[in-house]
Amino acid sequence: MLKQTEGSHAVAEAVALCRPEVICAYPISPQTHIVEGLGEMVKAGEVANCEFINVESEFAAMSVAIGSSATGARTYTATASQGLLFMVEAVYNAAGLGLPIVMTVANRAIGAPINIWNDHSDSLSQRDCGWIQLFAETNQEALDLHIQAFKLAEEVSLPVMVCMDGFILTHAYERVDVPTQEQVDAFLPPYEPRQVLDPKEPVSIGAMVGPEAFSEVRYLAHAKQMQALERIPQLAEQFKTVFGRDSGGLTHSYLVDDADIVVVAMGSVLGTIKDTVDEMRQEGQRIGVLGITSYRPFPLDCVRAALQNAQRVVVLEKSLAVGIGGILSTDVRMAMSGLQLRGHTVVAGLGGRAITRKSLRGLFNKAISGELGHLTFLDLDWNVVNKQLERERTTRRSGPAAESMLRDIGVVAARIG
Amino acid sequence: MSFQPVHFYQTGTFTVGNRLLSAEERSVQANVERTNSLNSGHRACQGCGEALGARYAIDAAMNAARGRLIAANATGCLEVFSTPYPETSWQIPWIHSLFGNTAAIGTGIAAAIKIKRQKGQMDDVRVVAQGGDGGTTDIGFGCLSGMFERNDDVLYICYDNGGYMNTGVQRSSATPPAARTATTMPVGPEPGNNFGQGKFVPAIAMAHEIPYVATATVADLRDLEYKVTKAMGMRGARYIHILVPCPLGWGAASQDTIKLARLAKETGIFPVFEAENGDVTGVLKIRRPQPVEEYLKLQKRYAHLFGKKPAVETIARLQAAADKNIRKYGLLDQEAN
Repeated sequence: MLKQTEGSHAVAEAVALCRPEVICAYPISPQTHIVEGLGEMVKAGEVANCEFINVESEFAAMSVAIGSSATGARTYTATASQGLLFMVEAVYNAAGLGLPIVMTVANRAIGAPINIWNDHSDSLSQRDCGWIQLFAETNQEALDLHIQAFKLAEEVSLPVMVCMDGFILTHAYERVDVPTQEQVDAFLPPYEPRQVLDPKEPVSIGAMVGPEAFSEVRYLAHAKQMQALERIPQLAEQFKTVFGRDSGGLTHSYLVDDADIVVVAMGSVLGTIKDTVDEMRQEGQRIGVLGITSYRPFPLDCVRAALQNAQRVVVLEKSLAVGIGGILSTDVRMAMSGLQLRGHTVVAGLGGRAITRKSLRGLFNKAISGELGHLTFLDLDWNVVNKQLERERTTRRSGPAAESMLRDIGVVAARIG
Repeated sequence: MSFQPVHFYQTGTFTVGNRLLSAEERSVQANVERTNSLNSGHRACQGCGEALGARYAIDAAMNAARGRLIAANATGCLEVFSTPYPETSWQIPWIHSLFGNTAAIGTGIAAAIKIKRQKGQMDDVRVVAQGGDGGTTDIGFGCLSGMFERNDDVLYICYDNGGYMNTGVQRSSATPPAARTATTMPVGPEPGNNFGQGKFVPAIAMAHEIPYVATATVADLRDLEYKVTKAMGMRGARYIHILVPCPLGWGAASQDTIKLARLAKETGIFPVFEAENGDVTGVLKIRRPQPVEEYLKLQKRYAHLFGKKPAVETIARLQAAADKNIRKYGLLDQEAN
C-alpha cells in the first residue's frame, strides 16, 4: 500500500510485518521513532506474540537480544552512534555466537564533540565485528532491506545491521510502498534456528575456545559472510519476484558503463550525487555512480567490475579514518588493486554537514581536471581550522578546541548547511 | 525405654542425615533422580565453594522446574571450570555470553520463552542467571538492576567469594574490608582492602522490592535448597546471594570451606536471611556466637591482622560491622543475648 510516512515509521511497519517475537528498545536519537512506533504497535496488539522490552542501556538491549535469539525468538533492536558503541562488546558477541538478530542503525556521528546528526562513523566503526551491514539509499529501500535482512540473517545465522542515514532518512516523510502481510509471509518463512536453548536437547553455548580451534571458528564467520555475498543478490531477485521492485543487492550502478569517472558512496547521499551526475551528463561529462549497499560483506568483485573501465574513482564517504583518511576508500582501493586508475578519497557530510549539489559539482569538476588530491575534506572551513591551529601554536592553555572553534564561528544557526 | 529420639544435627554441623528422614523430606541432592546439572569432572579447585553452591542451587532449581530450566552464566570461574570444551559439565541448556550482561541474557531467554509459550511452541521453561560477585555486584550491576526493576521472570544467583578469583584474586565491590587481594596488598599504613561504604547487593535487591531476595551459604545446604525451591515457586525477579568461600583467593585450607562459610554466618559477618517484596521475612539465627577472629584467622588474606603486633583496631572495626549485622537483622535470639 502506498502511503506518505516517516522513514522511521516505515521501518517500524516493515519490522512489524516480519513477525518479530522480541524487541528491545533503548532511546537514542535518531533511531527513537522506530522503537516508539513498534512499542505502540505491540501495546495496541497490532503485532501479535511479541515481547517489547524497555531496557536500561544499549548494552542490555543487545544482551537481551542475544538471550532471546539463542532461545529461538526472532529478535530486533535499533540503535545509533554512542548507543552502538556502548553495546559493542555484545555486538561482537552476537556475531561470534552466530545469532541472527536484526538491528537498525540510524547512522549518526560519534563524539566528542557530541553531535546528533548524520554520518557513517558509528556503523563503520563496527566494520570488523562480524555483522552484515546493509546501507539503504531511500526510505523505500530501508523498509525493504529490513524484510530481506531477517531472511538473510536467519539463512546464514549471522546478525544484520540495516544502516539508514539518521534524520535524512529516519525523519523524512516520503512516499513508501508498504507491503501486505501475505507478501512478507510469502517471502520470509518462520525462524528455524540452527542452535537453540531447549531443555529437550540441552546444549552448552558460549564455551571457551582455545588456540586449537579459534582460527577455525573465526574462519567460519568469514565463510558465512562469503555465503551472504552469494545470497544477497539472490534474495534481492526473490524479493523482486514477490514485491515487484528492485531493492537491496550488493551494489547499485548508475551510468557506470561508459564512465571515465565513477563516484562511489553509500546511503542517502547517492540521490544528490545522481542528480549532480545527471546535470554533468547533460553537459557531456562521462561520469557515473556506484552505490554500495552491502558494506559487509564487501563486494570486491562487483566493485572491481564497475570500476574497470573508468580512469578515476572518487570515493565520497561520510566517515573518517583518523590518521589515514577514508574507511570505505580503503575497501574500494582493495577492489581496485591492479587496475590502472586514480583514486580520490573525499570525506564529506561529517556530523550532518549538508552535501550540496553545488559542492559536488565543484568537487567532480576538480577531479575531472586532475586538480583533486588524494584526500579532500569537502567544504572544510580552513579559516576556522587555521585559527585554532594558530591558537594552539601560540598558547599552551589554549582551552577546549571544539568550544574555541564554535566561538570563532560565532552565533549562527546550527551549521548543517 | 528402648526408644531413643533421633538427633538430626551431628555435633558441630548442620548436616542432616538423609537416611533418617522420610523420602519427601530428603534433600534434592540425596535423591538418586537428581539432575547432576553441574556434573562431575569439571576443573574447579579442591574445596571450591562456588562449585558446591552451584551444584546444589541448580539441581534444586531443576527439581523445582521439573527438568525444564535454562541457565545463563557470566564469565568467571564457574564458566571457565565448567566448560573446557569439548567437555562441558552442564547437563542443562546453558549459555555464556559476556561478563557483564548475564541478567540481561536471562531477560532475553525469559522473553523468548513467554512468546514461545503463547504460541504453543514451548512448555513452561524457567530461567536461572548466575555469576560471581564481580559479574554481579560490579560489571553486571546495571543489567541486574534493570532486570529487577522490570521484574523479569528470572532467578539470579550470585556466588560471592569476595573477589575476582578467576583473574588472579583482585578486589571487587564485594571484597570485605582489610582483606588482601592482588590489588589491595597488605602493605602501607592501611594494609588490605579499604573500609568503604560496602555494597551489599541483597539489600539493594530488596530496595527494588522484587518478590524474593535471599542470602545463603554453602554451610547450610538444606537452607540453600529450600531458598532456591521457594524462589522457583515464585514468578518475577528473584535474587539469591550465596557466600562461597574460595580456598585460593582467601588463602584457606580446602577442607575449611564449609567451616568458613559457617563461621561467616555465626560471627554475623554474613547475615543469612530471606525477604519478600522488600521486607525481611526470616533469618537464620546464630547458633553459637563467635568472635570475628575465629573466622579471620583461618584465612591468609587477613594474615596481616595477626602479625607480631595484632591490628586490634582493624579487628575491632570488623567486629563492629558484624555486630551491626547482628542487630540489624536480629541474628541472635533475645535469650542468647
